[in-house]
Amino acid sequence: MKIHEYQAKDILKRYGVPVQDGVSIKSMTEFDNAISQLKSRGTNQFVVKSQIHAGGRGKGKVYNPNNRDVLILDGGVKFVTDVEKAREYANKILRNLLVTHQTGPDGKIVQTLFITEGLDYLKEFYVGILLDRSAGKNVIMASTEGGVEIEKVAAETPEKIIKEWVDPKVGFQMFQARRLAFGLGLSGEVFKNFVGFIKILYKAYEESDASLIEINPLAILNDNRVVALDAKITLDDNAMFRHKEYPALRDTNEEDPLEVEASKHSLNYVKLDGNVGCMVNGAGLAMATMDIIKLAGGEPANFLDVGGGASAETVENGFKIILSDPNVKAILVNIFGGIVRCDRVAGGIIEAAKNINIHVPLVVRLEGTNADIAQKMLDESGLNIISAKGFKDAAEKITKVLSN
Amino acid sequence: MSILVNKKTRLMVQGITGSEGSFHTRQIIEYGTNVVAGVTPGKGGSLFYDKVPVFNTCAEAVKATKANASVIFVPPAFALDAILEAADSGVEVIVTITEGIPTRDMIIVKNYLDDLNKSGVKVRMIGPNCPGIITPGECKIGIMPGFIHKPGRVGLISRSGTLTYEAVAQLTALGIGQSTCIGIGGDPIIGTTFTDAMKLYNEDKKTDAVVMIGEIGGNAEEECAEYVRKNVKKPVIGFIAGRTAPPGRRMGHAGAIIAGGKGTAAEKIKALKDAGIYVADSPADIGLTVKKALEKNKTKKKAKKSEKEAKKKEKKKKVQRT
Repeated sequence: MKIHEYQAKDILKRYGVPVQDGVSIKSMTEFDNAISQLKSRGTNQFVVKSQIHAGGRGKGKVYNPNNRDVLILDGGVKFVTDVEKAREYANKILRNLLVTHQTGPDGKIVQTLFITEGLDYLKEFYVGILLDRSAGKNVIMASTEGGVEIEKVAAETPEKIIKEWVDPKVGFQMFQARRLAFGLGLSGEVFKNFVGFIKILYKAYEESDASLIEINPLAILNDNRVVALDAKITLDDNAMFRHKEYPALRDTNEEDPLEVEASKHSLNYVKLDGNVGCMVNGAGLAMATMDIIKLAGGEPANFLDVGGGASAETVENGFKIILSDPNVKAILVNIFGGIVRCDRVAGGIIEAAKNINIHVPLVVRLEGTNADIAQKMLDESGLNIISAKGFKDAAEKITKVLSN
Repeated sequence: MSILVNKKTRLMVQGITGSEGSFHTRQIIEYGTNVVAGVTPGKGGSLFYDKVPVFNTCAEAVKATKANASVIFVPPAFALDAILEAADSGVEVIVTITEGIPTRDMIIVKNYLDDLNKSGVKVRMIGPNCPGIITPGECKIGIMPGFIHKPGRVGLISRSGTLTYEAVAQLTALGIGQSTCIGIGGDPIIGTTFTDAMKLYNEDKKTDAVVMIGEIGGNAEEECAEYVRKNVKKPVIGFIAGRTAPPGRRMGHAGAIIAGGKGTAAEKIKALKDAGIYVADSPADIGLTVKKALEKNKTKKKAKKSEKEAKKKEKKKKVQRT
C-alpha cells in the first residue's frame, strides 16, 4: 500500500527519524492554523507540498481540472519566505490537477497539502531500503546523487550507488552504517549524524513492515543535521494484521473508483485501458487471459482475479464492475475449475446474467471439474452466452465477436 | 520417476483440523498420498478422518510416524512459527500453501533454511502462496486437482496456480505425462526458485523435458535461463504471463509487479529465448510447444544415434580392410 509523504513522515517521527516537519491541510480554512503552528516552532520560511501518490511533484504542472488548457502553476512543490506567497500557492494547488511524469497525462487532483518548514541545506543525498528478491535479504542503498530519480542513477552511473545487505539473524550493524557513511564521503559531525539516522531509519523500515522506504533527498543542513526532506513509504499489504492503524492510511482518492468498489467485494481488480473485460480465477491465469485477449486482436480492459470461490455473488459483482467501464465491448470469462466445480460457477454466471443486464457479448470458457455439465447448463440456459471449449477457442471467439 | 516427492513420502499436515486444512487433506488422502500425521496444537490425541493421528507438536508427530514431509495450511499470522517448527522437526520437504505471509517473516524463514542447509541439514521449502507439488500417480501435496495429471516424463515449474493447471491439462490432453509438477508460489520470497527446481529436474534421469511458467516481477526467470544456457541439455519450454500488465501495479500475486522498469515480460522472454528455451507465445499453445520440442529432440537424438552407428560401421570397415 502506498501512502502520502505526510503519513510516511508521521511513521518516521514515531521512531525518531529527523524529518522536515509540517502540518497537513485538506482545505484553505486550515491554512492559518498550519502556519501559526509552524511559526511557533520558530519557522519563517515554508514549503507548500502537493500530496499525491506519485513522484516528480516539484517538476509537475498544475492545471484547472475542468479545463486542461489552463495552466495554473508550474511546479507542485513551492518554497517561499513569506506567508502570503504560501497562501497564494496553496490556493492555486489545492483541488486542482497535478500532472507529473509519474501520474500519466490524466494527473491527480491534489486533495491534501503538506505545509512544511523550509530548510536551508548544503547537500542532497539519496537513501533507500527495500527487499532484494534474489538475495532474500533487505538492502540499504545510498548515493551522493540525491534529488534525482534513482532509476536514472542506476542506469547511468551504477557505481554511485553503494549497498549494504542486512543479515536477518543479527540485523543491521554499525559497521555497515559506517561503511555507507564513508562511502558517501562524510566526516565529522555529519558522519555521526548520518550513522544515527540510517540506524533508526532501518529500524523504522523493519518494525513498520515497509516494503520500501525512500528518502530522496536526504539533506545535510547548514548546522550539520541530517534530515529527511522527502519520504516515500510503501507498506507490505500482507502485514496489515500486525498494524491495526494502517487501513486508516489508505487514500481511496488515489485509486480508480472501480478498483475501490472491487476491493469492497474482496475482488482483485486492476483497471486497464482496453476494450475486452475478463473474469478469471487465479492471478497467473488472469494475466495469461489478458495476454491472449491481446493476441486475439483486443486490448484487456482489466485484470480480475475472482479467487478460489467464484460464487454466484462474486461473479455478479465481477460483472457489475467490468460493465461499469464504458470501454468494454466484450467479456471473456475464463475459469479453471480445480477444487471449484465448473457447474457451480456456471450456475453463478446464469444467476448473475439474470439479475444484471449484460449488454455486451459474453464468451465463457470453463475447464476442469464438471466442465461438460457446466457447458450444457450454459447452452440450455437460453441466455446469450457464447461458450468456448479450450483457451484457444475462447481467444478465437473473442476475435470473432470484436470483428462484428 | 520424480523429484522431491514419491510413493515413499510420508506426509504430515500442519493445521489439519482447520477448514482449509481438513478439506484439502481429505482430497490429498483420496489421491493416494500417504498421510501419516496431523498437527494442531491442543488437539493432540484425536484422529482425523478416522485414521490420521493428530499430534500437538511436529516433533512428536515425526518421532511417532517418521513423517518426512510436511504441508502447511495455517493462517498467515502463524505461518512463520509453523514453518520453523516443521524445519526443526527434521522433515526434508515443507510445502507452504498459506497465502499472505508478510515479507519480513519470509526473510527470516529463507535465511534460516539456507543456514540449515549450509550446516548439512537437508530441508527444502516449496511456496509459500503456492498450489504445492505433485508426482502424478504417486503423491500429491497441495491443493491442485489431481485428476488433470498423468504420470510421465515432463517436469513442470510454475509461479502460478490455475495457470499451472491449464498447462498440465494441455499436456495431458496431448498424451504427455508429467514426472513432477511444482508450483513454486507467487510471492517475492520463496523457498524453491525456478533455478533450484530446474537443477533437480536436470539431474532426474526420468525427466526428459522441463516446462517453466513464469510471470512479470523479479528476475528469477532470467537467473534460471542463465542456468539452463550453461547446464541443461534437456529441452526446456517456457511461457511468461503478463505481457499486457502495466508497470507499477501488483497483479494479484505479491511478487507480480514491474518495478522501476524491471521485471517485464519482454525482458524475461528475451532471456529465455537467448538461452535456447522454446517459448510459447500464447498461453493456449504451451502443450503444443512441448510436443514440438519433444519431437525435435527425438529427431535430433535419432540423427545423433544414426551418426554414431554410421561412424561405428565405418570403423568396422576400416578394421576389416586392414
